[in-house]
Amino acid sequence: MSLVLNGFSVSLDGHPLAVLDGEVERGKVLSVMGPSGVGKSSLLLGMAGLLEPPFTVAGRLELNGRDLLATPSQERALGLMFQDPLLFPHMSVLGNVMFAVNRRGRDGARRNRGRRAELALSHLKRVDMHTLATRDPDTLSGGQKSRVALARTLAAEPEALLLDEPFAALDQALRAQIRRIVFSLAAQDGLPVVMVSHDPADAAAAGGPVVSLMA
Amino acid sequence: MLVPVVAGVVGIVLPALGYFPVIGYELWGPEIILGLLAEPGFTRSVMVSAWTGLVATVLSLFLTVAILAATFGTRALVVAERLLAPILSVPHAAAALGLVFLFAPSGFILRLLSPWATGYEVPPDLLILRDPWGWSLVAALVLKELPFLFLMALAAMPQVKARERVMVARSLGYGRMGAFLHAVWPLLYRQIRLPVLAVLAFSASVVDVAIILGPNRPAPLSVRVVEWMGSPDLSAWATGSAGALAVLVLVLALIVLWLMVEVAGGRVAGQICLSGHRMRWADGLRGVIVAVACVLALTMFLGFGGLIMQSVAGFWRFPDAWPSAFVWSAWGDRLPAALGTLSTTFVIALVATVLSLVGAVVLLEADRRGGAPVWILYLPLLVPQVAFLFGLNVLAIGAGVTPGLAIVALTHVIFTLPYALIALRGPWRALDARYEQVAGTLGAGPLRRFFGVRVPLMLLPLCVTAALCIAVSVGLYLPTLIVGAGRVETVTTEAVAASVGADRRLIGFWATFQLLIPAAAFALARWLPAMVYRDRRGVRAARQPG
Repeated sequence: MSLVLNGFSVSLDGHPLAVLDGEVERGKVLSVMGPSGVGKSSLLLGMAGLLEPPFTVAGRLELNGRDLLATPSQERALGLMFQDPLLFPHMSVLGNVMFAVNRRGRDGARRNRGRRAELALSHLKRVDMHTLATRDPDTLSGGQKSRVALARTLAAEPEALLLDEPFAALDQALRAQIRRIVFSLAAQDGLPVVMVSHDPADAAAAGGPVVSLMA
Repeated sequence: MLVPVVAGVVGIVLPALGYFPVIGYELWGPEIILGLLAEPGFTRSVMVSAWTGLVATVLSLFLTVAILAATFGTRALVVAERLLAPILSVPHAAAALGLVFLFAPSGFILRLLSPWATGYEVPPDLLILRDPWGWSLVAALVLKELPFLFLMALAAMPQVKARERVMVARSLGYGRMGAFLHAVWPLLYRQIRLPVLAVLAFSASVVDVAIILGPNRPAPLSVRVVEWMGSPDLSAWATGSAGALAVLVLVLALIVLWLMVEVAGGRVAGQICLSGHRMRWADGLRGVIVAVACVLALTMFLGFGGLIMQSVAGFWRFPDAWPSAFVWSAWGDRLPAALGTLSTTFVIALVATVLSLVGAVVLLEADRRGGAPVWILYLPLLVPQVAFLFGLNVLAIGAGVTPGLAIVALTHVIFTLPYALIALRGPWRALDARYEQVAGTLGAGPLRRFFGVRVPLMLLPLCVTAALCIAVSVGLYLPTLIVGAGRVETVTTEAVAASVGADRRLIGFWATFQLLIPAAAFALARWLPAMVYRDRRGVRAARQPG
């Protein structure tokens, strides 16, 4: 299982912003560093299929042999996490994770609401948030929100993770803790990870290859 | 939206130019227009329309900017914001009837002052309302248009980063008012320009308020057009069409004049901005401006309360401040007969609201995905109603459409849809688009992203927009009257009809429904999302612009 980027680029109004090459093996992290405005986040959004005109993408992007650029965004199986956890404020913690549980997954019983709730709860357990499942997301701390966001992302059973400065809003102690959880769960699930960050400590903790984009 | 307006205008231009085969006119010449110009009091009617339109717009805009500058960043602005919905939801005709209740020679204010302060034992023979130059008409228009412009300005504030600009200007030594006027107002005005022009067009061509409060010797041009069009003499239709064309030309001329003054005013304002005057002296006026705003709000609420009281008032001789008794049976007697009118009002409002909400959402989604010419939808607010509704009616009859509920409801959509767009556009754009992006990466397709994420997060704006559409529909007079051919009765057509009679209890009865239906709609619009999301604090924050 790997994510292959071959001359994958994002352009704005025809002007190239950033180009990325490389292969990310399962459980490994590719760190993308660089100053603000070079197009790091746009690269991730482009990979997820979320960029709209005047942005365009080019090159090749393959996940486990699938051509992602020819795949609709909702079928790319790429989990995306932002700096802001962006929990859906109209749902409970459990509701957020249930939203991500795939109804058409390998398990045929997933159309059953109770079964989906069980699965969502098991994902919350992985990040130690199952005891707060009925809470309003707005009442959680920053670290708790990040953990729920991670559980939600993993509940969709992605085949790769895209992290857009996911630890930037956390304080130093919390940042180390959440980093550890994210990287270890990604490794457990065998997911290739592409992480955009400003912080060299993030890249050091990830331990994988580092690509620096220039302005 | 372009089609009915343009078709309606064509429908009045042809008869105005002498082509109206139904009544045997195939003149193709200026005779009818020349006949209109020769009508007694025509020039005066045009001048009254132009004057009231311009003065009402200038005063509404002036008070909007003054109140905003005086209250920006204070608790008073929060209070003003909360008072806006109930005032905005009131139909123009009800606001006008409220003014009649307060300021008529036998009105509540003179009753409170008589006889101890005025010496009046009988209502004085004073021309307070329906004055020849339309000051009372201007007052009613200002009371309704000021809250509208105020709301438009508040909605545009986040786009111009008003708070930050005021803070920067104040740190440079500008006073509170000076900071707002120099750093925010020029940008804000650009954002609300279209609503300002809509206010100008509406004020110069209003019919229902002018029937209640406007001068009648002669009446403003739009009222005379309605009279000509309603005349049993079919040839008066041609004069009416020429009159409707004259209203359109007048409004276009006023808009051009406004835009010219705007350019000149912009230059002067630019010079003042560069002069470096800190305008700290203006802060001394804040108290006066807030007091004026309070008086205006109080006038509205007193008028509303008075209309409700009037609907149940028993014998009420002048100068008694209060009725000698309250006659609750007045409601009991009238209500059974009114149920048909009420259900007609509800059905039209609901159909117009549902169609407008769906239309607005489709257009806003198209706008988000690369731009749709949304501005075209504001056209019905810029083109005077009398200038295209009669033409539209002629074309509808020509096409074999029978006047009735369905065609009236569809015509209401022409007016409710622009308001739905105005109300929904800001919140729709302000919702953090990343929620839907995240949903997409979680496997949600476009429909699930829309109905599972966007619609629930937009529940409050959608409900408030629905309430606004109901309020607009309930308040529409001319479209209901013309397109319904007088056969479709709503609470507003009944209230306006009652206003020219002498039965004050009947006026109060219908005006109370005009007040209650929109108020109930807005109350429901606030209550429903609050109930659904009573345990979800973050829903409101998701709609704040980032």
